[in-house]
Amino acid sequence: METKTLFDKIWDAHVVSSVENGPDVLYIDRHLIHEVTSPQAFAGLRERDLPVFRPGKIIATADHNIPTENQHLPIRDKLSKQQVDKLIENCREHNIILYGLNHPFNGIIHVIGPELGITQPGRTIVCGDSHTSTHGAFGCIAFGIGTSEVEMVMASQCVLQPKPKKMRISIEGLLKNGVSSKDVILYIISKISAGGATGYFIEYAGSAIRNMSMEGRMTICNMSIEMGARGGMIAPDKTTFEYLKGRKFAPKGEDLNKSLNRWKTLYSDENARFDKELYFKAEDIEPMITYGTNPGMGMKITDQIPNIEDIEENNRESFKKSMEYMNFSPGSSLINHPIDYVFVGSCTNGRIEDLRVFTSFVKGKQKSKNVTAWIVPGSKQVEKQAKAEGLDAILHKAGFELRQPGCSACLAMNEDKVPEGKYSVSTSNRNFEGRQGPGARTLLAGPLVAAASAVTGKITDPSSFGSDTPSGLKPLGG
Amino acid sequence: MPIAKFNILESTCVPLPAENIDTDQIIPARFLKATSREGFGENLFRDWRFDKRGNPYPDFILNNPDYSGHILIGGKNFGSGSSREHAAWAIYDYGFKVVISSFFADIFKNNALNTGLLPVQVTKSFLKTLLITIGKNPGTIVKIDLPNQEISLTASGIKENFEISSYKKDCLINGYDDIDYLINMKDKIIDYEKNRLFWKNELSLL
Repeated sequence: METKTLFDKIWDAHVVSSVENGPDVLYIDRHLIHEVTSPQAFAGLRERDLPVFRPGKIIATADHNIPTENQHLPIRDKLSKQQVDKLIENCREHNIILYGLNHPFNGIIHVIGPELGITQPGRTIVCGDSHTSTHGAFGCIAFGIGTSEVEMVMASQCVLQPKPKKMRISIEGLLKNGVSSKDVILYIISKISAGGATGYFIEYAGSAIRNMSMEGRMTICNMSIEMGARGGMIAPDKTTFEYLKGRKFAPKGEDLNKSLNRWKTLYSDENARFDKELYFKAEDIEPMITYGTNPGMGMKITDQIPNIEDIEENNRESFKKSMEYMNFSPGSSLINHPIDYVFVGSCTNGRIEDLRVFTSFVKGKQKSKNVTAWIVPGSKQVEKQAKAEGLDAILHKAGFELRQPGCSACLAMNEDKVPEGKYSVSTSNRNFEGRQGPGARTLLAGPLVAAASAVTGKITDPSSFGSDTPSGLKPLGG
Repeated sequence: MPIAKFNILESTCVPLPAENIDTDQIIPARFLKATSREGFGENLFRDWRFDKRGNPYPDFILNNPDYSGHILIGGKNFGSGSSREHAAWAIYDYGFKVVISSFFADIFKNNALNTGLLPVQVTKSFLKTLLITIGKNPGTIVKIDLPNQEISLTASGIKENFEISSYKKDCLINGYDDIDYLINMKDKIIDYEKNRLFWKNELSLL
């Protein structure tokens, strides 16, 4: 019998036909849309006088542009408001479900898809957003597309895509205490580089991945794009099935049994062939931080920034430029470097587990006076749960406030902008120049490093506080 | 949007050889608030091109009067990061028809092709030759011949072939886009939906 990878199984089941010497026509099960990359697609349909082909397979939310405080008031930024209003208008006209601002299901598109059970194993999911790779954590093929492709999917429920190559990354062993999934993915990207997986779709495997919660797996898959991969995925297992059970749009009763039978066939066959295989050991991974202006420029938090001689000749120019931008010296340590901002949130680390980790670390401690902190839940449901668990009160006591959900300072389209020249330890996914505001300097890290640094006002290794580091898997219990 | 036809282009180039030019540099997120496709060229490379008061940085290549043309040359891993097609729109809207690099990010490449902006991937050595030649003579003419999939330096005759899927090549030469293709396939797509028995509950969402 032919052996197949998990990716092949799902891809092949969705190929409607293939263009000769060209891409496949890939059927899309779920299409997620938001206010920034959809208006031109709707306008395109209107120009061609085409209807939305399968409106029942589209879910919309407003997330990129929205403020993270006073969401009950009209959006102040005129252009942001216009985009959000346009989304409402388009969804109404085409009969598309919208979880807009103030809806109890509103939130970052990649947070709400999984929490509502829209993201399911075996599906193909696209969205006009590169972090669509997040959904791969459930064993589906999920990838980001451009606006022309958004229009294609609206018009035909299909997208023309060349089949990518396949890579498997296996991480075996036990993660050290205090090492999070964010550290794992920052470590992998630092080894592979920001373009090292371009052309590939990644399957993450190995015991370290299997031992992760769904939240942890989502963080891993989320950042696949930061090494250039088309997406990342993880074979569904008991953890996946448990997570999905009872979610709003997850199958129930007899349907659930049928789905489970199908989902259990979704794994890479034993001898399945990958175009590339990489192996890492869990015990080699420590808390990470980035020092440069792409996510591949990461290191163990206790390491020194590389010297110029350590950098490949071709990369030296961009390395020098990033050192200038960050105002860091090659060869120096970042420990104790003063910071100005801490951002906890985004589709990478804005889920309940991340808020629990952060909160349990700062519990009984105080935010540094020098630090402005934005703690932004990924969705209304995350916000609600955080409050139900009393996290908001603990945060408040420690000098932090829980904001309202949205993409926020991850890409700074709303008011949450880090000022020029300021340093921000951020749990988001990109440290590009100006990503968090013009001239802002971003250091990517996990929620625990963010918590330790928020308390000291300096870049801090959380293990310097002792070994009692929280896992975030369980509620804090007040 | 139907795309403009592309066949052969001869033009001078604008070299921007930095590596990992991400889409946040090409068009920063704060300029993504428009609801139409036009006008993004104004803010192309905004934070590299202008200071915060809007004064041009004289050292940035787009502000250097010696360099102009319809071909932009970037370094390795061009267009990484966000999937915003606005990046391709901004480059196209500014007046470029071709981007040359030794390596493109996947989503950007698709977006460029769907915009009618031709991404031409060349070898590292060709890129180096190109940059040296243009550095010496900004008036260097480069010819992009899509039907023959060939890039050449008109004066010296140095040339190289480049890859493009024959489907996408046809689209660009004829000005077709993927939506034209897909809407002609409706029957096949509906058949696919009907025949996908194992996906019983998949046809309506909620």
